[in-house]
Amino acid sequence: MKRMLEEKEVSAILALRRNNGHPTPFLFTKAEDLKDWVADEANRYPLTKILIMIAKKDPNETIGIVVRGCEERSLVELLKNFQLRQGKVKAIGIACSQELANRCRCSLPFPSQVEEGQLAKPVEDFSDLEEIEKQPEDERFQYWMKQFGKCIKCYGCRNICPACFCPTCTLEDSNLIKAGGMPPEIPIFHLHKAYHMADRCIDCGLCEEACPMGIPVRRLYRKVKKSVKDLFGYVPGEKEEEKGPLEFLGDGSYELPGAGK
Amino acid sequence: MNYETVLTTCTYCGCGCGLLLQVLDGEVVGTLPQKDHVINQGGLCIKGWNAHEFIYQEGRLKRPLINKEGSFREASWEEALGEVATRLKKIKEESGPDSIAGLTSARCTNEENYVFQKWMRAVIGTNNVDHCARL
Repeated sequence: MKRMLEEKEVSAILALRRNNGHPTPFLFTKAEDLKDWVADEANRYPLTKILIMIAKKDPNETIGIVVRGCEERSLVELLKNFQLRQGKVKAIGIACSQELANRCRCSLPFPSQVEEGQLAKPVEDFSDLEEIEKQPEDERFQYWMKQFGKCIKCYGCRNICPACFCPTCTLEDSNLIKAGGMPPEIPIFHLHKAYHMADRCIDCGLCEEACPMGIPVRRLYRKVKKSVKDLFGYVPGEKEEEKGPLEFLGDGSYELPGAGK
Repeated sequence: MNYETVLTTCTYCGCGCGLLLQVLDGEVVGTLPQKDHVINQGGLCIKGWNAHEFIYQEGRLKRPLINKEGSFREASWEEALGEVATRLKKIKEESGPDSIAGLTSARCTNEENYVFQKWMRAVIGTNNVDHCARL
């Protein structure tokens, strides 16, 4: 990283810095500041989302970013959806420890190129989904309504999501929701987001970590993600050249045979 | 090109959630929850998530205003505080300390609220002190 900054391969590197004892996001522009860099595992921040904001202001600069497996998948989604410019982002990969991979139940706990850290074994654990899929529909509905009922509409799951980027979010579009009025009701609020994330969610789990009410939102997104995989064979964040099946302006190849076909 | 995050405490209520103000080229552009904060543990409410939004609001008072003859005019801190002190002193002399009450705010820190009640009791000499969260 020091070399990348010194040789001007990148203008700056976005990563975590130890700030009064706490790891916080920071844009390193000087090589000597890198002494405060930390690869903190316990505290993940939506770095790629922060990068959109920085890159929008300085679109011609090439910026490096320290990424874990999930963050690289988020980069893929953001490049695919034209939120970042091709060639203007340089990913610096770090691998997650086995401990973190287990805690996150992460199916890909490392990026494609790893500069630091030992590769952890991928964790294929869908017990959270299996458990709920076993329940009868009625109980499942009750379960989700009870969970959604806890929501305080802080919009934190949307705000922190590194794959959410629309300039006008449907959940606060002034044409749909009156300013000063109430946010959408449950379960519309959550289902809407789940639908929008279905072909974009990279399963990083930041949403669930940000939820002050402990709603298992990740479980919901994992379910829609699984449905998209089963229906279309599509996994978000995997291949940059592959468009999401729910893109209205896609090439049509994902369309299911239905009425009029 | 300069981006940093500043650790601070949410000013909206007494919970004291830790948050990060995102500063891009000297301008506060966003808020993030502090992930390792003991109180909020990486979460925020809707007010906390938007805690940066009032910073550049046009309606914010930047200087003290004194209401004289029905209209406000800008004044220096020295003049405004002098005016407050003189009038409080006069009221206390004429009607006693219990004719004065102090209301403080959830938007201040715990420590500021402590200092305020101390000031009401020790300087003004009254127990008439309360807080907007109890109104």
